Amino acid sequence: MGNVIGIGASPKRKEDQRFLTGRGNYVSDIKRPGMTAGVFVRSPHGHAILRGIDKGAALASPGVIAVLTGEDVAADKLGSLPCGWGISDAKGVPMKEPPFPMLAQGKVRFVGDMVAFVVAETPEQANAAAELMTVNYEVLPSVVGVLEAVRPGAPQLFDDVPNNICCDWELGDKAAVETAFRKAVHVAKLSLVNNRLIGNPMEPRAAIAEYEPGTDRFTLWTTSQFPHVVRFLMGALVLNIPQHKLRVVAPDVGGGFGVKQFHYGEEAVITWAAKRVMRPIKWVASRSEGYVSDRHGRDHVTEAELALDETGKFLAFRVNTLANMGGYLSTFGPNIPTNLYGPLLGGVYTTPAIYCNVKVVFTNTVPVDAYRGAGRPEATFVLERIVDVAAAEMGIDRVEIRRRNMIPKEAYPYQTPVLVQYDSGDPMGCLDGALVAADVKNFGIRKADSARRGKFRGLGYSTYVEACGLAPSRFAGRLGARGGLYESATVRVHPTGQVTVMIGTHNHGQGHETTFAQIVSEKLGVSFENVDIVFGDTDRVQFGMGTYGSRSLVVGGAALSKATDKVVAKGKKIAAHLLEAAEVDIQFEAGKFSVAGTDRMKTFEEIAGAAYVPHDYPLEVLEPGLEEQAYYDPVNFTYPGGCHIAEVEVDPETGTVTLVDYTAVDDVGTVINPMIVEGQLHGGIVQGVGQALYENAVYDEGSGQLLSGSLMDYCMPRADHMPMMKIATHSTLCTHTPMGVKGCGEVGTIGSPAAVINAVVDALSHLGVTHVDMPATPNRIWRLLQNASLPVAAE
Amino acid sequence: MKPFAYHQPGRIPDAAKLLTSIEDSKLVAGGMTLIPTLKQRLASPPALIDLSRLENLKGITDDGATVTIGAMTPHAVVAASKLVQAKIPGLAALASMIGDPAVRIRGTIGGSVANNDPAADYPAGVLGLGATVVTSTREIAADGFFRGLFETALEPGEIITAIRFPVPFKAGYAKFKAPASRYALVGVFVAKFADGVRVAVTGAGSGVFRVPPMEEALSQNFDPSAIAAIRIDTDGLTSDIHAEADYRAHLVTVMAKRAVDAALS
Repeated sequence: MGNVIGIGASPKRKEDQRFLTGRGNYVSDIKRPGMTAGVFVRSPHGHAILRGIDKGAALASPGVIAVLTGEDVAADKLGSLPCGWGISDAKGVPMKEPPFPMLAQGKVRFVGDMVAFVVAETPEQANAAAELMTVNYEVLPSVVGVLEAVRPGAPQLFDDVPNNICCDWELGDKAAVETAFRKAVHVAKLSLVNNRLIGNPMEPRAAIAEYEPGTDRFTLWTTSQFPHVVRFLMGALVLNIPQHKLRVVAPDVGGGFGVKQFHYGEEAVITWAAKRVMRPIKWVASRSEGYVSDRHGRDHVTEAELALDETGKFLAFRVNTLANMGGYLSTFGPNIPTNLYGPLLGGVYTTPAIYCNVKVVFTNTVPVDAYRGAGRPEATFVLERIVDVAAAEMGIDRVEIRRRNMIPKEAYPYQTPVLVQYDSGDPMGCLDGALVAADVKNFGIRKADSARRGKFRGLGYSTYVEACGLAPSRFAGRLGARGGLYESATVRVHPTGQVTVMIGTHNHGQGHETTFAQIVSEKLGVSFENVDIVFGDTDRVQFGMGTYGSRSLVVGGAALSKATDKVVAKGKKIAAHLLEAAEVDIQFEAGKFSVAGTDRMKTFEEIAGAAYVPHDYPLEVLEPGLEEQAYYDPVNFTYPGGCHIAEVEVDPETGTVTLVDYTAVDDVGTVINPMIVEGQLHGGIVQGVGQALYENAVYDEGSGQLLSGSLMDYCMPRADHMPMMKIATHSTLCTHTPMGVKGCGEVGTIGSPAAVINAVVDALSHLGVTHVDMPATPNRIWRLLQNASLPVAAE
Repeated sequence: MKPFAYHQPGRIPDAAKLLTSIEDSKLVAGGMTLIPTLKQRLASPPALIDLSRLENLKGITDDGATVTIGAMTPHAVVAASKLVQAKIPGLAALASMIGDPAVRIRGTIGGSVANNDPAADYPAGVLGLGATVVTSTREIAADGFFRGLFETALEPGEIITAIRFPVPFKAGYAKFKAPASRYALVGVFVAKFADGVRVAVTGAGSGVFRVPPMEEALSQNFDPSAIAAIRIDTDGLTSDIHAEADYRAHLVTVMAKRAVDAALS
């Protein structure tokens, strides 16, 4: 027994000691003997035919060891970068899946597409040589927007993908929706853009690869959220390296947000090249390189229609979306705007009929894939915006129209018309809590005060639900997943009772080393300090699908919980033998195995010692040792949700929107560490506010140049953009995860954009403004006001 | 970053000699623009001539009618200077709005003025106050110094040593920060002197410029209302992904009014 810090406590994060004292171990901190430097030569054109690459000058440059191109990749018969999901259209025709070579072959399809890899003794020499590469491009017109890409006559990225449409996907009962629309008393319509985002983790991507001829083994250190998946995708499908000959290590990683949950061509190229040059190679992306190679997020153009009856009840919802995939299919690309989007269009409402069509479109832009929230912020934004539009058009209060359509708490489990079944939830409870926390009843006073200062004040609601904890393999398999989505954990109890956990999720800022230690501390009654969490190394951790989709606690934590249960079960058997009692009479509580109704007991440490020093041990029925493993594959997604309320003030003179207050009341199920949950909410909300007000990846149509290619032009949200946030939980317990947890990593990003934009529209509604596209920049707001129905007084 | 020679002369004539004798060499003051450019390999001068060891280039002095700021004086020093705050509070305010704390501690007034970034703050202050740019060889009036996009009147080998500001009756600066870079999307400096008012705009076009109609109106009546109806022409104004020219033109009026407000407060 010692210092148990269990579920519900908020200890300071264990990992912060090393992060805050500069002792983290990131890929770029790692140095290997004889290490060389690699630099990628990237296309400066959005769309071009490769007419030839002259390596001569680069090869002759000082310190250069190798220059590799797509021709070398083809000669070595290496695989294409795989897509982990295959979707199909309504007739079951599979998506178009053109090859994604790790170095471009024949054509380049976005600015940043890799055409060559230069290896030299130093980064300076590699950079200098890369500048000497002569690449003969026949430049073609680029197409960067989805609307433009599907127009007849648009530049075609692939010969066998007509109109650049990868897949024409649909979900829902189209006929039922059409019937319901015919009966509607009111139909609200909304056209919107979900802006393209760039993840910007603090640590740029990086990799080191090394080949050991003595053991014929490769090691790849990479900034990844899922090293085991990289080992599988790269080893089995791209480079043909047997799994037991490939170690992938993702050490400390400085933020991911989805950007690092894909298998990137850079990883494959550097691993392949390491054997060719027989030296370790390191590549570290610059921030600028990240802008044109890290997978982007969002980028939808959507038309939505909501059918309502005379009381404001939703009868049917119809959504048509064009989703940008960029130049190639990334690891999860086609799954995001389809399977993680359509099924969320029911929201927290009882809408009986929903139909969604998504055209997944190739363009001359960086491939688009999952970014924090991944499909669900897009769905929430469409739904929560059109609910406000409908309320305004029908003259119904925005809160009231939500109440009239909300799924009541007692109706759970609730089957939606778009595949998913919510196990639990209380959206009305979250709404009620948020209305109080946000002091909505005094909003009028605050609005009048703003008006006296010449400012417009607005309030915006977002009552949302999301699906996370990805997971369930069986369900995902039906939707086209080409892998499983379970998680694994091994609990290794040492002879002295300390515990090392090997887990397949990856900690890159989420606080797993703390949260998971709390679970073990609680369940085994061991000191919080006596638990270490190991992750991110395929040689140390049995297996894992990694961290994304708010799955770590929901799926990984559940595996860990199951593994600790197995440890306790085995401990009981050992205790029964040592205490000469029947196993059924052994109780385990607070780190002690005792015989029920007696004072005979053994501590957890004593049982661990007996397991490893089995002098007196039931060897005939039990193996020595105390180490257990569990794999967990849940039966359903989890469905966190909640109510977010944003309050903004608009300066009509400049168009500046200031977020002045923010309230979030979320249902995330059981909370293990409230401090970490609050931190996840803070970060998630700020990212959503970034999308709503600041962030926008802008490409130039025609040339395909990224115009917002640096932090000077791509506006990240900053501390001074944010008010103090009011964060609370109103949790119902998940009915199918072992601890009732639901996940909290993405809720902030999913709930917040709609709340903020609804507040901006509310602030401007008296001028006839009915919609504002994201980001609501000063320039955009000012222009809306120029076109608005009332003139704006200049102070 | 590509290799370069590094010189740290102790005397201005030595620095000037290096600058003229090494073709394409660059002066480095705070390095807040130059160093990022080198890191991105967008420039590769054969030599950098560091001005930080030169004598008498730092510090702020006044003679009653003027305030003189040494070229190597960092923005943070100007912002915190009791002298500048007392004599030209609008200029101290301008310095406090440049970049972020790191930039203000490293970046210098001479570097900013010599670079003449079209969205930098100091050019608005220098032109708005009708300052004099003092160099290693001569004195240049602000009205003849700024020549548009990154161009100035500086001759090869000429080094800015100080900026001399006349003390106005009142002066104010208002800046609408570009959301990402926090450079001036539009910044307006106004200064009221015995012989009239000067209005200088940065960020809106390819270089800092004055607005004569606003100067005339404010010379008659130094009040925001005097210029509320004055719209500047969009010709020559910048349009980019952050702001179109007509929005910048609008912001010039708004920021000019706010600069007058700041000057009056």
